[in-house]
Amino acid sequence: MLAHSVFFYFFSVIAIFSSLMVITSRSTINSVFFLILDFISVGCLFIMVGAEFLGMIILIVYVGAVAVLFLFVVMMLNVAEQKQSWFIGKKSTHIPIGLIVSVLILLELLVVVGGWKYKSNLMSSSSLNFSDISNTHQLGLVMYTDYILFFQLAGVILLLSMIGAILLTFRQRKGVKKQSYLNQISRNPSSSIELRNVESNKGVKIDD
Amino acid sequence: MIEIGLGHYLSLGAIIFFLGVIGIFLNRKNVIVILMSIELILLSVNINLISFSIFSGDIVGQIFTMLILTVAAAEAAIGLAIIVIYYRNRGSIRVEDIHGMKG
Repeated sequence: MLAHSVFFYFFSVIAIFSSLMVITSRSTINSVFFLILDFISVGCLFIMVGAEFLGMIILIVYVGAVAVLFLFVVMMLNVAEQKQSWFIGKKSTHIPIGLIVSVLILLELLVVVGGWKYKSNLMSSSSLNFSDISNTHQLGLVMYTDYILFFQLAGVILLLSMIGAILLTFRQRKGVKKQSYLNQISRNPSSSIELRNVESNKGVKIDD
Repeated sequence: MIEIGLGHYLSLGAIIFFLGVIGIFLNRKNVIVILMSIELILLSVNINLISFSIFSGDIVGQIFTMLILTVAAAEAAIGLAIIVIYYRNRGSIRVEDIHGMKG
């Protein structure tokens, strides 16, 4: 019981602090750093409370895909820093914030790994008796049978978003020579070879 | 205080939801921070669903959490693509500079 409260307050204090820093920090890239820290805190909280699969999915999908996508976009777009901010401070680089976030992430992972043996009696007050099969097994038993339609619709949503993102950012550039397979295949000697009589000392003009 | 119940988790979700809404309203920076606030809001919804699922012993809440997570990933991808093409056309994604609809 004490372990549960220690885990809960540790992760939730870090989560609330980092979400506060997401909306108030000075530069956008620090916001992305604290967003990563927030996702990792909530993912560790899910893992410790008993939803291991969702916690791991949050660590993989949110931290590994969504937050890195945000980081790429922020780095590519050359976003100017905000002039007036809630925190009046001197000009800062990203190194100290990045180090703080990294150390906090390492601390959280150490807490999760070190506190794994207290996890079995963590939820003793609840009505769960899931001890025979794991969380992932249980989720799969329900998801692939009763909720298969929603699962497939989620796949369709992902496909549509992928097509939409590619179509939105696709740009047809001018002046780029590309290979045209249709023109290549449909050539024949009568249309691409021309015989001329070249007069002496005149030459021939080749127009391309 | 020492006994962690459902109310603690719901309070955590409510605080993160509140911070996300504040981040949308009080934002004078670029649009990317607004997208991050939307991610915070979706994360707080996930906290609510998972805590209800754990404390009531029903696995269905975690399945809906996975569906919300799918929608959140798709929304982030589309939103960031829109931001990229907006920046390519206008050269700025500051909130004050986006007033195409005179709002």
